[in-house]
Amino acid sequence: MACFIVPATEAIVTTVVSKVMEKKAAQNAAPTVCAEFAHGEIAQAQRTPFYKKLMWLNYMLWGGAFLLAFEHVWHGEVVPFFPFLTAAGDPIERAQMLHEMATAGVAMAVLVTAVWAGIVAVSTVIEKRAMKAAAEQQ
Amino acid sequence: MTLLITVFAAAVCTALWYRTAPKSEMRIGILCWMFWGASLMWLVDAVFEYAELGAEYFTPAAQDMLNDAFLGLSVVALGLTAWIVILLVKDPKGVIRDKLLKKND
Repeated sequence: MACFIVPATEAIVTTVVSKVMEKKAAQNAAPTVCAEFAHGEIAQAQRTPFYKKLMWLNYMLWGGAFLLAFEHVWHGEVVPFFPFLTAAGDPIERAQMLHEMATAGVAMAVLVTAVWAGIVAVSTVIEKRAMKAAAEQQ
Repeated sequence: MTLLITVFAAAVCTALWYRTAPKSEMRIGILCWMFWGASLMWLVDAVFEYAELGAEYFTPAAQDMLNDAFLGLSVVALGLTAWIVILLVKDPKGVIRDKLLKKND
């Protein structure tokens, strides 16, 4: 009914946070580290800053919410005139809509965030391994 | 069916991204994140629907399946359109800028 609103709201928050972090990162130069690349090549590199990793979450949340909103338009649940959500006009349907947002909507936001957290954890391990391998070879 | 089509689109885009990485001038990464995000959200939708319908979820009516497939293809088309718009606006290769501005000799 309107479950996409929950991830879209999270996307607004994460976008603001990533923009603030990007501005702060621009003021401080990222430290250079030594890392091992493909085929054992050792070179100077900079780790991917956290705001860039947060952008991955932004893309997933915005993209998913946008495509889900289209699905709701397709099913006639979102309309281009007030109150925009067809369920908002009827008290019983409104209660169902809020229940769906609290269950499916929150579950969507949590799953996307959990998957992103997993990707960030794996990427951090890859970065650390590359730096460790370079330190061992030097 | 919508979930299935979106997952296929996400997997194909990810394979294309890996093939062109690490240059990624075409910004295929954005398309990957978009389709994977939508796939995860539709997966949650599918789980909730399965909890409600049980095994009946896997035997949809032919008309529902056709409508869902049509929706899935429309979603992929919309995702690709959004990506093209982002690509042309960001213009990472500078093609649009070079086309609009003429160099003085």
